[in-house]
Amino acid sequence: MPSLKDLRNRISSVKATRKITKAMQMVAAAKLRRAQEAAVAARPYSERMASVLSNLASAMEGKAGAPTLLTGTGFDATHLLIVATAERGLCGGFNSSIAKIAREHADRLIGQGKTVKIITVGKKGNDALKRVYGKYIVDHVDFRNVKQMSFAEAQSVAHKVLLMFHNGEFDVATLFFSEFKSVISQKPTALRLIPADVSGGTPADLGGAVYEAEPEEGEILDDLLPRNIAVQIFRGLLENAASEQGARMSAMDNATRNAGDMISKLSIKYNRQRQAQITKELIEIISGAEAL
Amino acid sequence: MAGLHFELVSPARLLFSGSVASVTIPGSEGEMGIYPGHAPLLATLKPGVVTVFKDGGGSDRIFVRGGMVEVNPQGLTLLAEVAIPMAELDAAALARQIKNAEEDLADAKPGEAQRKATDTLNQLKALQSAL
Repeated sequence: MPSLKDLRNRISSVKATRKITKAMQMVAAAKLRRAQEAAVAARPYSERMASVLSNLASAMEGKAGAPTLLTGTGFDATHLLIVATAERGLCGGFNSSIAKIAREHADRLIGQGKTVKIITVGKKGNDALKRVYGKYIVDHVDFRNVKQMSFAEAQSVAHKVLLMFHNGEFDVATLFFSEFKSVISQKPTALRLIPADVSGGTPADLGGAVYEAEPEEGEILDDLLPRNIAVQIFRGLLENAASEQGARMSAMDNATRNAGDMISKLSIKYNRQRQAQITKELIEIISGAEAL
Repeated sequence: MAGLHFELVSPARLLFSGSVASVTIPGSEGEMGIYPGHAPLLATLKPGVVTVFKDGGGSDRIFVRGGMVEVNPQGLTLLAEVAIPMAELDAAALARQIKNAEEDLADAKPGEAQRKATDTLNQLKALQSAL
């Protein structure tokens, strides 16, 4: 049975914890709004890009000499997994759920006898994967000092990926990130980057006309596809940033509520024990008086 | 006469969306003027200056780097990796761009990629001397 003093200490420490989680929740809420705005603002670019790409891809269909970024290398032997997670923890299941789908994907590929290479973006994903998949991790990108994701960061990742692709180090690239659905729901997602997935865009209605291309379609595609990789990674990073804050907000909300429950339980226990002690002392006094 | 619907989009945000009289763009194979009713077109851009002629007269000049344009019956869409209004573009910003381009050139593999990176660098330098 803990003493009254122990209980008092317990209550004050839980109260301090609740203050911290409450503050973290509010900070996450403020950051979430900014991250959400950034994610929404970046949408037009990737949407237009997708529609232009699907226009071009349909024009290139069946023609020889389409870029390998679009059609793939023709092999399916080496897979590159780009796992984007957060730099910080305390955001519920956010990091572990991304790591989980990446792990499942990697296990499936390894089971099929394929070679797997992993690039981790963000410290937490690296921590989660390096114990078991350490030997597959070929690179790690750290954005710990980056406050607001900008296109330059995405480009630096895309640059690495493209360099590896041109050196023939992999055939298929997949990006893992968490799609921001709402504050309470983030969906871990796998997105194929190479060969490019062009099914997403809706071609513009030209009313029967055909695009004039300057330079040739193939050349535009050559120029556009590497950009598209950077854009997709950028989108993934922004969605991730919003999801992370959303996940942290709900995790911290839960923690605050749990701390509140705990405080009320401990307070009841404390009051009961205090009352019991008072009663005990009274009985001692009364029985002492009766004995006289 | 109906204006031209023009959208300027950078990866971070939608910079401009609205009706304009015409737009001049630095296509990779030469300057192009786009007026309302232009035939559908896809083109890549070289680093340079986009001039937007507004409906009520007057014009805006915007520096763009790395991107492409799409013209369809709905209007003109310009996707640019970097877009800075000329008023805000100063020597320092341009110097940064040039430094980036030099790094790209250093990383580029010999052949096509190197030629492209050299082109980009030269265009940027031309712009710097024009400023």
